Amino acid sequence: MPAVDGSAGGEGGAAELVFDRVTKRYPGRSEPAVNSLSLVVPAGEICVLVGPSGGGKTTAMRMVNRLIDITDGDITIDGNSVRDMELTRLRRGIGYVIQQVGLFPHMDVAGNIGTVPRLLDWDRARISRRVDELLELVGLDPQQDRGRYPAELSGGQRQRVGLARALAADPPLMLMDEPFGAIDPITRDRLQNEFLRLHRELRKTVIFVTHDVDEAIKMGDRIAILRQGGVLAQYATPDEILASPADDFVASFVGADRGLKRLSLTRLGDVELEPPPPNGASDGAPTATEATSLRDALSLMLTNGGRALVVLGADGRPVGSVTVDMVSATLSNGGGRRPAASA
Amino acid sequence: MIASLSHSLITAQTVIPKFGHADDCVRQNRTFCWGWFSDHWDDVFQPALLDHIKLTLIAVVVGFAISIACAIFAYERGWFERPFSVFAGVLYTIPSLALFQLLVPVTGLTELTVEVALVSYTLLILFRNTLTGLREVPEDARDAARGMGLTARQMLWRVEVPLAVPAIIAGVRVATVTVISLATVAAFVVDEGLGAPIFAALQSSFNTEFIAAGALAVLLALLADALLVGFQRLVTPWARAGGTR
Repeated sequence: MPAVDGSAGGEGGAAELVFDRVTKRYPGRSEPAVNSLSLVVPAGEICVLVGPSGGGKTTAMRMVNRLIDITDGDITIDGNSVRDMELTRLRRGIGYVIQQVGLFPHMDVAGNIGTVPRLLDWDRARISRRVDELLELVGLDPQQDRGRYPAELSGGQRQRVGLARALAADPPLMLMDEPFGAIDPITRDRLQNEFLRLHRELRKTVIFVTHDVDEAIKMGDRIAILRQGGVLAQYATPDEILASPADDFVASFVGADRGLKRLSLTRLGDVELEPPPPNGASDGAPTATEATSLRDALSLMLTNGGRALVVLGADGRPVGSVTVDMVSATLSNGGGRRPAASA
Repeated sequence: MIASLSHSLITAQTVIPKFGHADDCVRQNRTFCWGWFSDHWDDVFQPALLDHIKLTLIAVVVGFAISIACAIFAYERGWFERPFSVFAGVLYTIPSLALFQLLVPVTGLTELTVEVALVSYTLLILFRNTLTGLREVPEDARDAARGMGLTARQMLWRVEVPLAVPAIIAGVRVATVTVISLATVAAFVVDEGLGAPIFAALQSSFNTEFIAAGALAVLLALLADALLVGFQRLVTPWARAGGTR
C-alpha cells in the first residue's frame, strides 16, 4: 500500500524521482554543498550517488525526505514536490536506511519493524503479519528473531532488520545511506546480493549513497558521480561510465582498471559464444558456467596460459567456448551490458 | 499523658515512664531488647515506619514530576539547563536542618515544611540524570526516527524518554535512599517518621528504641533500592540484552 500520493503502479508501487536544479547552500560557506543537481531516476531503478567526501551525496539524499532543507530548485516524487507535502506524511512514505542502522535499542525486532505501520495506525494483527512476512523476506527467522533486541543481533542481522523496517509500509521510494558500509566484506557481499535479488522482486525506486565505486557499479542501475562542491560529474549506467568516463575526474575516480570492472558487469551467458569444441577436444580445458563474469573468465584464461574456456550450461554440458580475443572485443565494441533483470 | 500513665502503673515493681513493665534488658539498657521492640511494634515502630514511607513517597513522586518536566524542558530548550541546575544545586547544598529553620517561619511546623525540604534534595539528582539520559540517546536512533516520520512529540515519548529510563531510575534510586535518610531529620519539625523514636531515644539514651528505628530506616532504604532495581529490570529488559549498552 504506497503511502505517498500518486505513486506509480506496479505490484508494490515505485515512484519516479526527479531532482530539478537542486541546490543546498549552508550559511557562511562560499561553496554550495549541492550545486544545481538535476537528474531523473526512473521508477523502479536503483540510482547510486557516489563520489569523494565533500561531494554532497548524503546531503542530496537527505533533501529528498527533507531531513535537510532545499535551498533552491525542487525535488519531485511522481510529479509531487516534496516541498508541498506534509513532512511526516512525506517521510512515512519513504523507506529510510542508514549506515549505523539506527534501530531503537529498547524495542525488539518486531517493534522496530512495526514503527511506521504503527504510525500509520495499522491494526495489530496486520502489523504482526507484515513483520513475519518482512523477516522472511530479509532472511531472518520470524519465530526466533522477532522477539530479540538489537543488542542481541550481529551487524549483518541489524542491517537486515533495518532494511525490513524501511520496507514495512511498502514505500514506493527508498533512501539508503551507505547501508552496508559498517559491515564486514563477506557479509556485505552477501547483503548486496540479497538486496539486488530483493530489488528485482520489489522494484522500488532506490537512492543509494556510497563512497565505494565498486559497490556503486555493482548496485546501480544508474550512477550519479558527484564531485567536490556538489557538482554532478556524470550520470549514466555503470557500463556507460566505465566505457566512456565524462572527464578525467570520473576516469580517475572509477580507476585505471575500469576495463576490468566493466567486464565484471557482463556474464558469459550474456555474450554470444563460439560453438563448443567437438567432443573430446576440450579435455583439460578450463571451464566456467554461464553465471561467470567476463572478468573472472578472463582471469581463468590468463592463469591457464591463455587457453579458450569451455562454458558449461546448467546441466553441466558444454554450451560454447570463449577466448581472450572475444573478451577483448566486447570492450572495444561496447558489448558489455548489464544483465537484464533475469528473474 | 506520661504522668497519668505512671500514676496508673504505680503499683508495679519497676516502672520506667513510657516503658511499662521493664524487664532486665530494658532496665540495664542493653544494646537491643527484642521483647520491648516487639511489644512496641504496633504503637511505636509500625506507625513511624508507615509515616516514613509516606513522607518518602510524596517527596520522591513530587520531586520526580518536577524534575522530569524541567529536564524535558531543558532538553528541548537548552538555555533552561543552567538556571535550573544552579537553583537545584543551591538547594542541594543547604544543610537540611538549616533548610527546615528557613522554612518553618513560612510554612510552619507542618508536613508541608518537611516535604518542601525533602523534595528540594531530589531535584538535582533527578534533573541531572534525566537530562543526561535524554542526551545519551544514540544519534543514529534519532536520525532514523526523524527519517521515518516521527513527530518531535512521538520521538520524545516513544524513543527518547524510554531510552532514558535506566538513567532516570538510577536517579530515582539515589533520590529515594537520600530522602529515606533525610526524612529522619523531619522529626525536628513534625512528630512523624522513624526520626521521632530516634529523637526520643537520643533524649532518653535508650538503646533499643534508637537502634530499632535506625535499623528500620536502613532496611527501608535497602528494600526501596532493591525494589527499584527489580522494577528497572522489569521495564527495561532491553538494557540487559546482549550485555551491551
